[in-house]
Amino acid sequence: MRAPAASDIAAGEVLLSLENVSLSFGGVRAIRDVSFDIKKGEVRAIIGPNGAGKTSMLNVINGFYQPQQGRITFKGRTRSTMRPYDAARGGIARTFQNVALFKGMSALDNIMAGRTLRMRRGLLWQLLRVGPALKEEIEHRERVEEIIDFLEIQAIRKVLVARLPYGLQKRVELGRALAMEPDLLLLDEPMAGMNLEEKEDMSRFIVDVNEHYGTTIALIEHDMGVVMDLSDRVVVLDHGVKIADATPDEVKRDQNVIDAYLGVAH
Amino acid sequence: MLYREAGQFKTSYRSDQAIFPIVQDRWFMWGLIAFGFLVLPLFANQYLYTEVLIPVLILSLAAIGLNILTGYCGQLSLGTGGFMAVGAYASYNLLLRLPDTNLIVVFLFGGLMAMLVGVLFGIPSLRIKGFYLAVATLASQFFLEWVFARVKWFTNYAPSGSVAVANLDLFGFPIQTPQQKYLFVLAVVVVLGFAAKNLVRGRIGRMWMAMRDMDIAAEIIGIRPLHAKLSAFAVSSFYIGVAGALWAFLRLGSWEPLAFDINRSFQILFMVIIGGLGSILGSFLGAAFIVLIPIFLNQAPGLLGVPLSTAMISHLEFMIFGVMIVFFLIVEPHGFARLWAIAKEKLRLWPFPY
Repeated sequence: MRAPAASDIAAGEVLLSLENVSLSFGGVRAIRDVSFDIKKGEVRAIIGPNGAGKTSMLNVINGFYQPQQGRITFKGRTRSTMRPYDAARGGIARTFQNVALFKGMSALDNIMAGRTLRMRRGLLWQLLRVGPALKEEIEHRERVEEIIDFLEIQAIRKVLVARLPYGLQKRVELGRALAMEPDLLLLDEPMAGMNLEEKEDMSRFIVDVNEHYGTTIALIEHDMGVVMDLSDRVVVLDHGVKIADATPDEVKRDQNVIDAYLGVAH
Repeated sequence: MLYREAGQFKTSYRSDQAIFPIVQDRWFMWGLIAFGFLVLPLFANQYLYTEVLIPVLILSLAAIGLNILTGYCGQLSLGTGGFMAVGAYASYNLLLRLPDTNLIVVFLFGGLMAMLVGVLFGIPSLRIKGFYLAVATLASQFFLEWVFARVKWFTNYAPSGSVAVANLDLFGFPIQTPQQKYLFVLAVVVVLGFAAKNLVRGRIGRMWMAMRDMDIAAEIIGIRPLHAKLSAFAVSSFYIGVAGALWAFLRLGSWEPLAFDINRSFQILFMVIIGGLGSILGSFLGAAFIVLIPIFLNQAPGLLGVPLSTAMISHLEFMIFGVMIVFFLIVEPHGFARLWAIAKEKLRLWPFPY
């Protein structure tokens, strides 16, 4: 796998910033005036109790939802509205809380689909599948095989993903996101429903992706052990409001966070 | 024992991605094509050509077209007959007004016109899905039928509404006898069949299948619904348009809009369902099945010595079709193509239990 497409932002600088973002559905205010940033090269965790607005936050970042208020700046460009495929084009990849794979395709085809944006040859070349089209297909297959090796899913590459167990499906989904060679990788509960061993594997992949390829990662996770070990900085949301934004150690001691998770006596 | 891939090691991604990765399949395919071009013409008679081979091949092409749209991209369409009519009448009008046009150009023009109309009627698919899209394409079917029946320019003001073509030729070679027609159709189907298989294995095919399986995730990886759906409508309609022109020119010879009515749409849809959604092979199997069953039902009672009236036979045909379709929807939604895949799995092990 190649290093992600070079962007002009150096490590440690702000890759994505959200300023005063608010999102509501009718009367329900999912996100209220939240600001935070993600720096290039870091692992940023977004945590909070159920219904805190974490997934909505990711949906705002990659264009599923359009916030009513606020500014989002990604790679130095501020945007008003954006569709998910624009986000993909800009270098944002993501995985879903409930695996969203293409069930009728093999693991290999799913990951190959992740390279759609990087393939160029048009319809007529594809019809003939000779020369440049074949060469392109094979070049991308090589990249995809590197991802398959990295995620240790060689044995299942030709298997329909619908037949795979959940843990492997999660891995294939991560593979599809990696195939896009993103600048920013959004992971929505990558460990949900996994046993300890699977969690360890997944943590290892996340650390490797971050360290070897320098991919910036924003992840939502409920397993606090995982969050504290993996992330550089943590945003805590509760009822759509940001209640803390600090390093894992500081967040652990923050009284607001403890109250949000454990409740307070009234 | 014969169908075994043991010892066939892939040493490059190129060979792993070949159209028929297994040697036996490759030989079988070449053998089948050689048989079609060289051996069949030695003994086939007119009945075999006009009632079996030509219809199966042309309708396979239409089924591939619908399969691209419905099986690969997941957009249900009931407008197949209408798009076939567009191909047929576009080709007819080009040949009528420019009689010297090469036959290949004529059929390409039919396909391209159907493509344009298909994309136009595909635009609603960006907003609506499933049943609602089926209804929208049904509207296109009725609209196109109406256009060709009522707008006299398309039928060159023929009083009966029926148009005809005759004395076709390609580069000076006549395409008039059933055998010549068959060879021409076979060549077209082989070329377009391989092209379709290539297309669905590549980037564009993955784009369509992604749209079919999970449109939200498809958008996340950068696939624009507009591109994916309209390109599926375009390619699908092209195939269907070419099939329509072939059907009109080489199967019927003279035809009226009724040849492309809603029953044609359903016939092609049944082929795709019975043959296998999302399979090029299935398109051929489905077309063969639907064309051969009525012929079989016609012949079988006579051969078995059970006299049946023609009315009875046509009733039986409907009943058997109905049963087959319900059966396939329940038991094997992926049709003959999946049955074939399962048979291949079993063949790899046979005669050992595992």
